[in-house]
Amino acid sequence: MKRVAARGHIERPPLNVDQRYRFVYKPLVFIASLTPIAWLALRGFGLIQPDLGADPAKLTLHVIGKSALNFLMITLMVTPVRQLTGYTHLLRLRRMLGLFAFFYALLHFTVYLWLDQYFDWVAIGKDIVKRPYITIGFAALLMLIPLAVTSTNRMMRRLGRRWQKLHRLVYVITILGVWHYYWQVKKDVTEPLIYAGILAVLLGYRAVRAWRRKAATSTSVSARAPERT
Amino acid sequence: MIHKPSTRILPSEITSEEVFFNRRQVLAGAVAAGLVGVAHAAAPAPAGPEALKYTRNTKYSTTDAPNSYEDVTGYNNFYELGTDKSDPKQNAASLHPRPWNVTVAGECETKGTFTIEDILKPHAMEERIYRFRCVEAWSMIIPWVGFPLADLIQRFKPTSKAKYVELTTLLDPKQLPFQRYNILEWPYVEGLRMDEAMNPLALMVTGVYGKTLPAQNGAPLRLIVPWKYGFKSVKSIVKINFVEKQPRTAWNISAPQEYGFYANVNPAVDHPRWSQAKERRIGSAGGFFAKRVDTLPFNGYAEQVASLYSGMDLRKYY
Repeated sequence: MKRVAARGHIERPPLNVDQRYRFVYKPLVFIASLTPIAWLALRGFGLIQPDLGADPAKLTLHVIGKSALNFLMITLMVTPVRQLTGYTHLLRLRRMLGLFAFFYALLHFTVYLWLDQYFDWVAIGKDIVKRPYITIGFAALLMLIPLAVTSTNRMMRRLGRRWQKLHRLVYVITILGVWHYYWQVKKDVTEPLIYAGILAVLLGYRAVRAWRRKAATSTSVSARAPERT
Repeated sequence: MIHKPSTRILPSEITSEEVFFNRRQVLAGAVAAGLVGVAHAAAPAPAGPEALKYTRNTKYSTTDAPNSYEDVTGYNNFYELGTDKSDPKQNAASLHPRPWNVTVAGECETKGTFTIEDILKPHAMEERIYRFRCVEAWSMIIPWVGFPLADLIQRFKPTSKAKYVELTTLLDPKQLPFQRYNILEWPYVEGLRMDEAMNPLALMVTGVYGKTLPAQNGAPLRLIVPWKYGFKSVKSIVKINFVEKQPRTAWNISAPQEYGFYANVNPAVDHPRWSQAKERRIGSAGGFFAKRVDTLPFNGYAEQVASLYSGMDLRKYY
């Protein structure tokens, strides 16, 4: 991924199959990413059952919020799946998926401000300060902003190695997101725990790889290597 | 029980048809709609809710417009039938409100197991349009049909040792499938202090919108205590137990720092995770833009019930 960033668009090799079909699969993924909104809209207009129920605002808040979390999780799946399957072109989708996570998080916050609180800024301020689950959700949203801003090719080039460091924030953001979900559930925490489990696997995978890489480099450099023989 | 010589009003005369039924039902009963009285006198389908005879109690009814039948019966917290608001309606068929028995036990003279018919027989049903405030900070306006809990309690002659009444939901994972999961401690138990239970606002409910309760609303018999958060209003009751000590209640066991025994609606005492100062008046009328209204102390019933708690620190006894 660093190579792509460093290289930019100047010395592009001739289009391979992946690149040629990018114009097909990228729009397809884009449209698929709008599914949660389409689903809500169709239910809202009574075109599909069930309708949005007695509290459509709350349902919308939850569906959109969960979509944000889903996109964060999917974004975090890109690297492991790419490494395990060798589908390197998945990387081309990661920025879009990450931006959709930001889009849904922002929309979730907007629904909260508007349909849940009616822009009652005093109540909102109190909520953010006093309610830990809202505090961490808000913190996660704030942290997503720099990631979205630096998602362009230009910013990737400009930040170089620091770009990846900055974007590791997504691990913290996703942890906060799952935590935010877990904390706001009244009782049945099964679903947030499933999210936590998947996230643990995704982060554990990275931790193990990083640790192995470190171990590999340190043993190759270290003079203590012969100990094993 | 005293049978008041009041006029028996048919449900359809009170509530407008379009609110009373959902659209599909109106279409299905289009013919009957022209012959309202006849239609309601005819034998109803065995599975669905049946029309009840009742009088409206205006003294205890709010004049606010009630939520639609669909709101009231399609948006429920009845964790025994699923934790999502739409689950109870979907899973309602597994709960069979007939035959049904209620056991009366504890500190009272008349004990035993009674059929639901015996429980209901002596009581004249009345409709009361109550505000319903959920601890989750949403609210509805609901036309319940029932009779005062006090009238029921008096029949069993509680002794002086009876300080609380404990009400228990059916325990039967076949009928209430989510009792297989460790969501709350099953069966669901709720309770009231005796003086709270004897307050005329405390209602034993058998119907809603002029018809018998659908399973998802706690058929065949549930409690409604309108000045308390909804979780106090235990559903599908099979046991009435008069006890000396404060009962261990479901949500209080589950999260004592969040849900107290008293659970009186109180805008001044927040839930640890959210504010209780306001509520969202949800439902068909508001749609996406449900009104956000101030929550009233004791859910607006302070005049009738505040004296029950005089001298009590309601921050401590939340």
